[in-house]
Amino acid sequence: MTAIQIDSVEKSYKGLKALKGVSLDIQEGEFFGLLGPNGAGKTTLISTIAGLIRPDAGTVRIHGHDVVSDFREARKRLGVVPQELVFDPFFTVRETLRLQSGYFGIRNNDAWIDEVMHNLDLTEKADVNMRALSGGMKRRVLVAQALVHRPPVIVLDEPTAGVDVELRQTLWKFIARLNREGGHTVVLTTHYLEEAQAMCQRVAMLRRGNVVALDTMSALLRRVSGSQLVVHLKSGDLPDSLRPLVSHDEHANGNKYTLRVNDYSEVEPILARLRENGAVIDEMQLEQADLEDIFIQIMEEGK
Amino acid sequence: MFSIGFRTLFYKESLRFWKVATQTVGAPVVTAMLYLLIFGHVLDGRVEMLDGVSYTSFLVPGLVMMSVLQNSFANSSSSLIQSKITGNLVFILLPPLSHVEILGAYVAAAVVRGLAVGAGVFIITAWFAHLEFAAPVWIVVFALLGAAILGTMGVIAGIWAEKFDQLAAFQNFLIMPATFLAGVFYSIQKLPPFWLAVSHFNPFFYMIDGFRYGFFGQSDVSPWTSLAIVSVFLVVLTAVAINLLKRGYNLRH
Repeated sequence: MTAIQIDSVEKSYKGLKALKGVSLDIQEGEFFGLLGPNGAGKTTLISTIAGLIRPDAGTVRIHGHDVVSDFREARKRLGVVPQELVFDPFFTVRETLRLQSGYFGIRNNDAWIDEVMHNLDLTEKADVNMRALSGGMKRRVLVAQALVHRPPVIVLDEPTAGVDVELRQTLWKFIARLNREGGHTVVLTTHYLEEAQAMCQRVAMLRRGNVVALDTMSALLRRVSGSQLVVHLKSGDLPDSLRPLVSHDEHANGNKYTLRVNDYSEVEPILARLRENGAVIDEMQLEQADLEDIFIQIMEEGK
Repeated sequence: MFSIGFRTLFYKESLRFWKVATQTVGAPVVTAMLYLLIFGHVLDGRVEMLDGVSYTSFLVPGLVMMSVLQNSFANSSSSLIQSKITGNLVFILLPPLSHVEILGAYVAAAVVRGLAVGAGVFIITAWFAHLEFAAPVWIVVFALLGAAILGTMGVIAGIWAEKFDQLAAFQNFLIMPATFLAGVFYSIQKLPPFWLAVSHFNPFFYMIDGFRYGFFGQSDVSPWTSLAIVSVFLVVLTAVAINLLKRGYNLRH
């Protein structure tokens, strides 16, 4: 079943087109990544899914319910963690979570609230006023608020922006468990591409309001075949025959070159040619291509 | 009858003002008492607005109603603008609350605050005046309607305003003059003909006049006329507020 169905969504702000006909389907139980540089339209798209922004054209459906015309059914199925660190300064953590449960029509939700707080390491702060919490703790409460009604679809808009390693690990462990064991669909935007690579099964990349890539993580990783050989030369220089392989060079601190290689068998001939040219290697690394390389390549293609 | 969502939002909005009751209930009661002491002391025995009613006694219902109206407006409008500016309105916008539930909860909490302040003002000021209760049902009806109207106006102003100063303008240039010029401190019958006619276009006048009728059994216009005008005004404002919420005006972009 399709968890989120986005069909030809367009949105403009004062003449600037933030979304230019975005279409994509996210299946139930998927861990889906929405990636793109700042201003690509990620938050606009998430806000449209959440009903915070009304699209100029196109539709968004959550489990088949339109987020505008059938918003009550759509919103019951959706938990959203907003990007901005917002909170209500009048209430404690427990009051905040009880209120949020009530807004979703749930009473006597303390057992689940306790479990969510436990999993997000919030139990000790349950009776602390929101104003007194650190930024990281406030972020945890935002996540807890999105989960109080056990939504089948969870949307996290940069949930780990500016938070420490401990929270990231706690958060991802919990979200991954909800996805794996509870079958919750998870949609994530993040600037930490290693997080997306580790967590997401499928990814959409947005650039200037368009979807420029939509594929499984493994298929995307296959797009940039091979690896990168980074050599830092103590003396000598790169022979001309190797120049076409250079993807990046740096001369600030000696000669450092990044060369594209398809597999390990190509490394030895490169080293041989460097030796023949009289170059002496100071440091050398063989790096596997990752999501960041693909991201940069896809974003560069459109320039 | 009332959904859990509505009740939760109503509870939250009520708890919100109750947690800072010194500022939201105590302060307006003190302000109203000062009005009574100053105006009552200066004018009592010098002017008579209604037959056989001392000025201080005349003033009490006006001050009570003024406090009800201003605080009902303040509750819904300040909650909405604060939530919009701090961004926590998102917690109300993300759940499956209907437009009627949202409006109803904000207005109901505004009514509670208005009536709490009104009761406080009444209890304190009643010590200084001899009051009658000629038609107590009208007192309750006009207090409820007046609080609901101003609570709804607060929702409209809170949705419309994008900054605190816009809300302050709404309050200072619309609510405050309309309340003061509605006969809180005087009977409009004492006004020159032109201003008397103008006062009849001020819906706040009918709220205060009808409310005062409940105490003294005397009013500038019939309480039934006031009830009809005030009810229509509430229906119109409710329709405007529901329409704004449906359109997501200044809330859902």
